Amino acid sequence: MRVAGKGLLEGGDDIAFRFDGTTYRGRAGDTLASALLANDVRLVARSFKYHRPRGVFTAGSEEPNALVTVGRGAAQVPNVRATVQEVYDGLDTRSQNAWPSLKHDALAINDALSPFLGAGFYYKTFMWPRGFWEKLYEPIIRRAAGLGALSGAANEDRYEKAFAFCDVLVIGAGPAGLMAALTAARAGADVILADEDQRMGGRTLAETHQIDGAPGHVWAGEVLDELAGMENVRLMPRTTITGAYDQGTYGALERVGLHRPPGGALPREGFWRIVARRAILCAGAIERHVAFPDNDRPGIMAASAVRAYLNRWGVAPGQAVTLFANNDDAHRTATDLLDAGVKVVGVIDSRDEAPVSPDYETFLRGRVTGTAGRHGLEEITIAHKSGGRTIRTDCLAVSGGWNPTLHLTSHLGARPEWAPGRAAFLPAKGAVPGLRVAGAARGTFSTAGCLAEGIQAARRTLADLDIAAPDIAAPEAEDAPYRIKALWQVPGDGRKWLDLQNDVTVKDVELAARENFRSVEHMKRYTTQGMATDQGKISNVAALAVLAEATGRGVAETGTTTFRPPFSPVSIAAMGAGGQGEGFAPRRLTTSHAASLERGAPMLEAGLWYRPAYFPRLGETTWRQSCDREVGMVREAVGVTDVSTLGKIDVQGPDAAAFLDFVYANRMSTLAEGRVRYGIMLREDGFVMDDGTCARLGPAHYLVTTTTAAAGQVMRHLDFARQVLRPDLDVGIASATEQWAQFAVAGPRAGALLADLLDDPVELPLMGAAEIEVAGVRGRLFRISFSGELGYEIAVPARFGAALFRLLVTLAEGQGGGAYGMEALNVLRIEKGFLTHAELHGRTTAHDLGLGRMMATGKDFVGRAAAGRPGLCEDREELVGLRPAGAVKQLTAGGFLFAPDAPPERVHAQGYTTSACFSPTLGTGLALGFLRDGRARHGETVKMVDHLRGLSVLCEVCDPVFFDPDGGRARG
Amino acid sequence: MVKLTALGPFDGLLPREIGGVTLTALDLGPAFSVAPYRGRAQEVSEALEAALGLPLPAPNRATEAAGGARAVWTGPGQALVLAQWLPDLPGAAVSEQGDGLAALRAGGPAAETVLARLVPVDLRPRALEEGHTVRTLVGHMTASVTRTAQGLEIMVFRSMAATLVDELVEAAEGVAARG
Repeated sequence: MRVAGKGLLEGGDDIAFRFDGTTYRGRAGDTLASALLANDVRLVARSFKYHRPRGVFTAGSEEPNALVTVGRGAAQVPNVRATVQEVYDGLDTRSQNAWPSLKHDALAINDALSPFLGAGFYYKTFMWPRGFWEKLYEPIIRRAAGLGALSGAANEDRYEKAFAFCDVLVIGAGPAGLMAALTAARAGADVILADEDQRMGGRTLAETHQIDGAPGHVWAGEVLDELAGMENVRLMPRTTITGAYDQGTYGALERVGLHRPPGGALPREGFWRIVARRAILCAGAIERHVAFPDNDRPGIMAASAVRAYLNRWGVAPGQAVTLFANNDDAHRTATDLLDAGVKVVGVIDSRDEAPVSPDYETFLRGRVTGTAGRHGLEEITIAHKSGGRTIRTDCLAVSGGWNPTLHLTSHLGARPEWAPGRAAFLPAKGAVPGLRVAGAARGTFSTAGCLAEGIQAARRTLADLDIAAPDIAAPEAEDAPYRIKALWQVPGDGRKWLDLQNDVTVKDVELAARENFRSVEHMKRYTTQGMATDQGKISNVAALAVLAEATGRGVAETGTTTFRPPFSPVSIAAMGAGGQGEGFAPRRLTTSHAASLERGAPMLEAGLWYRPAYFPRLGETTWRQSCDREVGMVREAVGVTDVSTLGKIDVQGPDAAAFLDFVYANRMSTLAEGRVRYGIMLREDGFVMDDGTCARLGPAHYLVTTTTAAAGQVMRHLDFARQVLRPDLDVGIASATEQWAQFAVAGPRAGALLADLLDDPVELPLMGAAEIEVAGVRGRLFRISFSGELGYEIAVPARFGAALFRLLVTLAEGQGGGAYGMEALNVLRIEKGFLTHAELHGRTTAHDLGLGRMMATGKDFVGRAAAGRPGLCEDREELVGLRPAGAVKQLTAGGFLFAPDAPPERVHAQGYTTSACFSPTLGTGLALGFLRDGRARHGETVKMVDHLRGLSVLCEVCDPVFFDPDGGRARG
Repeated sequence: MVKLTALGPFDGLLPREIGGVTLTALDLGPAFSVAPYRGRAQEVSEALEAALGLPLPAPNRATEAAGGARAVWTGPGQALVLAQWLPDLPGAAVSEQGDGLAALRAGGPAAETVLARLVPVDLRPRALEEGHTVRTLVGHMTASVTRTAQGLEIMVFRSMAATLVDELVEAAEGVAARG
């Protein structure tokens, strides 16, 4: 319920939002949690394992209970903390883990079964029969337990990634962070101030303390105004620093659009990488719970959260409030409530001495021993130094003391250190290079202390950066000492919850200790303590204190688990922003792309390139019809295809020839100018890396061509060879792939097409290269063939590519031909037994491919020694051709080869197929494959079995060159 | 006689203006990668300076001559020279590149903010001054980014021109939507 005159929110209840189908009203600045509490909605969730009714426990990102699902359909987001989600008009939220409804949850039966469902229950119970775990037990358990669920549909929302740089990153905008940022900013440093809250100011927004004579939030507002007006400052509200990484890099998640209705171009979230020369962690502290029986009912809340809801959001979470504390600080909850006119029924303090008040009863040496209320707290039972009693109350504010928010200091492996006086772990010194810690995150809990430490941390940071610090005095503020006496659990029976999000109790931790999971790391994994989405922010320290008691050790000796990134959950969508669908990789488009699309060509992806599969003509309904026609066109007339995607590498320099002799298995130094040679490159391990042609354009200038797929790999390999393997050779290499648009013109009428195209006829021998002029443009002509026909490749600077492609296709059509795509190109090369990366798949040697003789003797080259290893030269699977020889005519790639009578099992496999097609030229299916001792077995019959497609085909083994074996057609 | 018409990599894609960013295609004209052979960098630099008034740039620097010729450092021992012609440079591997690149200029008040969504280096004027250049990434693309008096110039492979525009437009729309 709202308390009149309280809170910092302005405006009326003009925002309509939904929770579990009911429409409620909230105010600008409300979180879902504050708005639900304002509407007296206390039951907001069911717990993970036992389906216990749960309410809002905190007012911050550490919230363990109040997780909801926001949105519907593909855009729904599960496990959103109600304490973080801001309300907006139309916000649609639902509770989780409850069926049929939050109030009447069928699986609350688990709670009744809880004596049987303790830690380790699943491991012990579902051991047998073995196969049942995966098929039966796990699916049932997963359905019964668990929080929110993903929609299963691809999320179409926008997310973004971004990078930022600064001198000083200040993490947290409370008193310490504001002073640190102000000090650094006034010094002229480049400052980023990031805070996870929608509004900066930290605890100044939640407390009634005065700073420099003004309410804390007013002071904070003035500092923020000054910072916002400075050019060297970037304020990043709604931004959680999620991780500390090497060299001053911090991950950060910004809620860019989560507080507005979805849609439009505004990203939902942004994932930042911030590189900071120095950082100051002022992340504050998180209030602990105390483990007492049934301490998890809706209405039981952190004392600081009760203050925050009252002072910031003007909401009283109850009408008759009680307080249970072990420190002075928490008593302010009672006085703040009283000042606001909210009834305080009693204060239970576990210590011998505590502040007292005439306005309410204070129970010293007190403890809460039980609670009641089915869907929300109704009463508590207490014991104190002079007896016990029952108190009617609908809100119990609890404080077990404070844990500094030091998570980031653990991210590079440092372990926090136990400080008995504060009953808390403090950040280890030098935990993250370049990061200082100030304020409550360092265990300094008074406002004055935080303000002073913020200035001091900034001054030291500025000194590191050689920036003169300004003279700046700490504002006046409260400086109360932190008086606390540790209290982790209340003795006695009943379930005492530690980890509210994973439903871990004191009993579970004690069981772990009894079963000898005494290490804190083992206890964590055995009980799942701290392994939920909140990573045990509220509960870890209490849990290990309970473990320490159970094992008879001190907390320091027991130690703590460390924290890993992210500090709070980060959506995968934010981390992968920009990578959905086509954003996954750049699209590389050829200069003929538009023309191909105009002709209706479907595109295939080859590497990052988009290449036309085929060019359908009127009346053609399947790809095979188009492909067969295009193959026939090349064999009988002339075809044109874009081969610009093949890698082209300029190799120049006095030692270019020697360098190429070193990287190719065969010799290139003997290549004459104006000639082209086929070559293969091996990897260092002796297997074939790539093949292609190499043209000698000048005395010290070669052009290396690679396959499309391996262009990047070959470029990298050549660079490595140049820099590392042969630094003695003086050679320059540069990629020229994109400079040239290159088209293959192939077929018996290729010469006629060229005569139409070129003003000056060019007489070029097979494997020749020449500079030419094409329609007024300087270009290159190569006579090479990947189809087995008379073939040329024409290259022009890329800006003329689109025009040349159109011209060539028009000319080809005039000769009875036209454009052909990748499908036809593949059939043409299989008919000729030419290789692609289907065959050069990284496990084949030159010998396997029938290219053993290309490995030159009398020179060294990459892979030479390794290629001579035993096992790489003999008893191998060798390249063969295969034709169907039985009733079944279809051959496929990826089939295995067996003797005709052998059972088609792995141990009998003698090889496999790598490429297959139907050859319209020969009227039969064809395949290339690798068969054990295959070259000696031409004429034999083998059986190809494709287990995946259910095919079994008898084939005849033959030479891999099916068509025109003597190569007469390419010679023209 | 048929003449082949030239088509720029951003044909039909640019110019664009989104929020505070303007994207303009740049016609690089002829461009050459120049990589001096061992021990010959000075000779090559002097030849370039004599012919074009443009020595080889230092690492991460781009230079411009009075005549409009420019040189952009593109990697160790390598520069891209943008000029109508090159003198004879026997001391260097020279490779034509002008057609292989797509270059655009991102101008306007939001240019750095938008590029901060895609480029993992600090492009603000205090870090990347006029005449500075970096080899870096734009999204998943390798790129060269240079600050000139007119704004930030971005060069990627020609084939990726459409992806570059798509990514810049999406980033710019996101920035503009923040209002």
